[in-house]
Amino acid sequence: MSRNADIHSLEIKRSYLGSSLFGWLCAAATYICIAVLVGLLVTVLVNGVPWLSWTLLTSFPSRDPAKAGVLPALAGSLWLIGITALVSIPTGVGAAVYLEEYANSSWWRKLVQLNISNLAGVPSIVYGILGLGLFVRAMSLERSVIAGALTLTLVVLPIVILSTQEALRAVPSTIRQASYALGATRWQTVWLQVLPAALPGVMTGVILAIARALGEAAPLVAVGAVAFVAFVPQSLGDEFSALPLQIFNWAERPQEEFHGLASAAIVVLLAVLILLNTGAVLVRAKYGRRIKW
Amino acid sequence: MVSPLKTRSGTASATDATQHNTEAMSNTVTDLRPKPTLKAPAIDPTRPGRSADELADAPAKINVADVDFYYGAKQALFGIDLVVPERCVTAFIGPSGCGKSTLLRCMNRMNDMIDESSVKGSITLDGQDIYGPRVDVVELRKRVGMVFQKSNPFPKSIFDNIAYGPRVAGERNKARLYEITERCLRHSALWEEVKDRLDDSALALSGGQQQRLCIARALATEPQVLLMDEPASALDPASTSRIEDLIFELKDQYTIVIVTHNMQQAARVSDQTAFFFEGKLIEAGTTTDVFTNPTKKQTEDYITGRFG
Ligand SMILES: Nc1ncnc2c1ncn2[C@@H]1O[C@H](COP(=O)(O)OP(=O)(O)OP(=O)(O)O)[C@@H](O)[C@H]1O
Ligand SMILES: [Mg+2]
Repeated sequence: MSRNADIHSLEIKRSYLGSSLFGWLCAAATYICIAVLVGLLVTVLVNGVPWLSWTLLTSFPSRDPAKAGVLPALAGSLWLIGITALVSIPTGVGAAVYLEEYANSSWWRKLVQLNISNLAGVPSIVYGILGLGLFVRAMSLERSVIAGALTLTLVVLPIVILSTQEALRAVPSTIRQASYALGATRWQTVWLQVLPAALPGVMTGVILAIARALGEAAPLVAVGAVAFVAFVPQSLGDEFSALPLQIFNWAERPQEEFHGLASAAIVVLLAVLILLNTGAVLVRAKYGRRIKW
Repeated sequence: MVSPLKTRSGTASATDATQHNTEAMSNTVTDLRPKPTLKAPAIDPTRPGRSADELADAPAKINVADVDFYYGAKQALFGIDLVVPERCVTAFIGPSGCGKSTLLRCMNRMNDMIDESSVKGSITLDGQDIYGPRVDVVELRKRVGMVFQKSNPFPKSIFDNIAYGPRVAGERNKARLYEITERCLRHSALWEEVKDRLDDSALALSGGQQQRLCIARALATEPQVLLMDEPASALDPASTSRIEDLIFELKDQYTIVIVTHNMQQAARVSDQTAFFFEGKLIEAGTTTDVFTNPTKKQTEDYITGRFG
């Protein structure tokens, strides 16, 4: 009897040790990540904040660090993410709705699904080369805003599709059944019940995708975007720059001042990201209020 | 050693139930009926169901003929033949997993949505085959409404839940929608509880309130047939009796099929009762006959509580 009791207490203690050890390891991993992140942010802020000024936001790039600014790059980035969002959200959400709500399960559907999942993992430079061949050369769009935005659309489309599918799958099938049982058509069910219920999840995916588009440099270099653009893009056919390209351009210069400018441009990029995220949180708060399963 | 014990306890509980029933009735009903002789669920005389003749005379609203149903390779229904008479209440009873919900879902083709399921045989609504090639399923479901076994309100406001059916059918007038909402919520005994918070989320309601909301929602589309899968499973006695009153009111206009595990309820509200066992229809007939004079041993055992 007493031996049995010993073994029992020993077992409990061992598993407790193991689990608390695991907990500590996870906590360590978390704190390492946070430390790296905070370190990065602090470095960027320390280097960049002295260079943040109204001039930075309203000036064109220049050889003189005191006069240089990110205006064309910022405007180019906003153009890019705007058009990328306009093209990729309807297409991506549409494709996801088709795959989840309309397509019957068949080998064809499985093939398409497999391809989309794989495309999400393709390095963005590959899309850049595709964009160069397809949009810049074959469709002769040249090095235009539209060519860059369409290339970025290729990059983010799989992300939008996959995250939307995820959000649609999370909507309980009892909702669809209830809707059909009340005599709703498939279109009414998707548009009035499933999509609104999935909206918060869809928003999360869209924001991730847009953030990705905002940060991409490689595909833009491939389609021929340049850092030195002396004007703000006025139309879809204009040449453009983008914030990541501007940052890269400044960071690789020898002069210290430009490194500070690069950090300041990173702060601008982060600010745009935070604004986008705030927008998403607001939309989620507005539409997600009633949805708690 | 075991079986006599089992039988005895079964009989005992049946007798208990009978006594309980008789008591309940002598409290509420003044005239003294002859004591129920054998069966646990007694038929309440104050709410006479349709008589056998009336049932036989009523035109068939739904006619189920030789229906087999398969979930993939698994057969769930075996050669079901059943007539659901118009403007009558038909109760489906039987142990869990015997196929009541499956047959119910066949009647408005909700089973279409289950992958790899298949139906054989024919089901007609007013003489039209509902599985025919040119049938508009959307139109069918407007005529044959359904209350699900698990309540499933939309993650929207109470008002939007009820107004959804009329809206998808084309009703745009807000005042009219409010009128429908109030009428349906009153019918399902929920109005008093929610009249001040029609714009609150339906998911914030209690389980029983959600169930009544789903009943109200099904009523809002004014179907000809109402399929109710255990509509009172999460309700307290007061709401249950309100729902039973509602079924009584509705059966002058609607044809109702109700699945229930509550024998008393089946006996109280239905005109016709169908007893299912392991995917087969064992016995169907007027409720009075099935409960007082079952022809099959299985039916008798089930309604007296000896198994299931
Ligand atoms: N979607 C499904 N896929 C596969 N099998 C199913 C499915 N739904 C039900 N079944 C099976 O079909 C049989 C009948 O199920 P059904 O839901 O009709 O029973 P029921 O009589 O309504 O039971 P309960 O009283 O518990 O609700 C059961 O054996 C069940 O396991
Ligand atoms: Mg069931």
